[in-house]
Amino acid sequence: MEHAPYKMQKGHSLLTLATKRFLKNKLALIGIIILVFFTFIAIFAPFLTTHDPTKHDLLNVMARPNAENWLGTDSSGRDNFARFVYGSRVTLLIGFLSMFCVIIVGVILGSLAGYYGGLVDGIIMRAADIVLTLPFLLFVLTIIAIIQNITIPLFVLVIAATNWPNTTRILRGTFLSLREMDFILSARSAGCSDWRIITKHFLPNAVGPIIVNATILMASMIILESALSFVGFGIPQPTPTWGNMVNEARSMRVLTGAPEAWVPPGLAILLTVLAINFIGDGLRDAFDPKSNK
Amino acid sequence: MRGVYMKNEPLLEVNGLKTYITLENKKQAKAVDGVDFVIHKGETTALVGESGSGKSMTSMSIMRLIPEPSGKIVEGSIKLEGKELLKLSEKQMEKVRGNEIGMIFQDPHSSLNPVFTIGMQIAEPLRKHKKMKKKEAYKKAVELLVMAGLPNADQIVKMYPHQLSGGMVQRVVIAIAMSCDPKLIIADEPTTALDVTIQSQILGLMTELKDQTNSAVLMITHDIGVVSEAADKVMVMYGGQIVEKASVKELFRNPKHPYTIGLLASVPRIEVEQERLESIQGTVPPSHAFPKGCRFAPRCKHAIEACTKTVPELIESSNDHEVRCILYRGEETRPCDNHEQRNTN
Repeated sequence: MEHAPYKMQKGHSLLTLATKRFLKNKLALIGIIILVFFTFIAIFAPFLTTHDPTKHDLLNVMARPNAENWLGTDSSGRDNFARFVYGSRVTLLIGFLSMFCVIIVGVILGSLAGYYGGLVDGIIMRAADIVLTLPFLLFVLTIIAIIQNITIPLFVLVIAATNWPNTTRILRGTFLSLREMDFILSARSAGCSDWRIITKHFLPNAVGPIIVNATILMASMIILESALSFVGFGIPQPTPTWGNMVNEARSMRVLTGAPEAWVPPGLAILLTVLAINFIGDGLRDAFDPKSNK
Repeated sequence: MRGVYMKNEPLLEVNGLKTYITLENKKQAKAVDGVDFVIHKGETTALVGESGSGKSMTSMSIMRLIPEPSGKIVEGSIKLEGKELLKLSEKQMEKVRGNEIGMIFQDPHSSLNPVFTIGMQIAEPLRKHKKMKKKEAYKKAVELLVMAGLPNADQIVKMYPHQLSGGMVQRVVIAIAMSCDPKLIIADEPTTALDVTIQSQILGLMTELKDQTNSAVLMITHDIGVVSEAADKVMVMYGGQIVEKASVKELFRNPKHPYTIGLLASVPRIEVEQERLESIQGTVPPSHAFPKGCRFAPRCKHAIEACTKTVPELIESSNDHEVRCILYRGEETRPCDNHEQRNTN
């Protein structure tokens, strides 16, 4: 008879094992804490400040921090702290929603292209190539300029429509290499249908790349929103976002004289993006069944 | 004992099977070029040949898992208990795969999905083909593992493939292949990735399970040792064609085709002291550029001019022994002195 397996551990579901491994990862935990912190701020915004983030007060512009306006006011006299708190809502929402849309499109198109290959692959990848040949920022700016009245859902759609090719490409590569695996062949020889192979054998094995992509995407979507706001093509005023708060720092007076106006949102963007990347790394390691960490 | 099932009814009949693959430069590779054979119930048939001889393509054709669109079954018929597999729709074929024909692959570790437990993977075909409930399928999975000779089956169902050794995983793969009581099991080099002691255990297990269920096994291998250990009948494949067919005893006692003789001579023998092993000169011709005549002729020591003209037919001689070689046309001559010597040794 053969030897007993070297590690007779009790059976655990993939999820409990992954959770266990994830909790051992310190950086990922720090990431979670930071993200939870900002999410908390976003959810409980009305309880954290009594100011209306969109209300002008032209008699109180460019105020320095004081008991009433903790982070001072901006050039239109809106309370910076209120804008920071409410801005987290918009920024996180945009980051999450656009990531979600891009991933959905990427997973669907990527798995179809990777599994079927041939003509299906050709059509999807050529479409991706066409979108990729357009200069990205210019393309986004043009669409936003055409739409003019940009709202949050529209903004998310525009970002999703311009960002899907990269994700689709990466996931197609993952699925292409999975397709050549013996266990896909053995699944087919066990009588699995295409649909079952894609949902039961492809996707669970691609969880790692999908999650890593999702986190990188969410982080870059937040940065993208800030960048677009900075050039004035983000979510328009008076809706507060971290991005258009940093935009204020374009004026030399704010940049040098009022760091309290742009340092908190800038720092928040930095920390959120960093936290999401940490979480992504942690999740990737946690979902790898071969990891012994 | 072997030979007992000879009179059994035919299970799988393959006739004139041709599977061609279109290469990138538009050339056609004749991976399988006119193969016919019959597998009877209760029999283990070995399909032997070197890499590129078309043995795996033959098994993939039976499962209809030829990579499309480059590969295509051009001609022929494959009948499982009289049912023509090549005429089934893809949906109907899914019901045959894993249910009526089970398949065992070479590398057991890579043929299991790394992210699912053993239990889930055995339960999958059961739930699909036998419409079992989850609990029921898990219970059956434990039974199958016990049948496959695994200790602590109730713990193994909860484990992941990478936690088991190669021999254990191959037993799991056999359990999956046997789960729906298939009529035919295709084993594509089932022991190549295993060490020799485990190899004979696995072969023994397969024979035992085959006898229990009265199914048949098509064993694809390049290992003559495996053939002598597990098979009832042998088919030797070369260049997409079957060049010799016989029962195992007959083939080992009386090999006819020069290729088979060379193949047997190249096996190291423990009782003979040898400096160098015998080998067959040259390599298999690429399947898009076969010679016009006999495909083995360029490497054959006994080739005569007639060999390069036309592809010889399979000639049936005594004892259900068929050979595709011009040297046996009409009469029973032995082309190889070498072989005579060995018999007298």
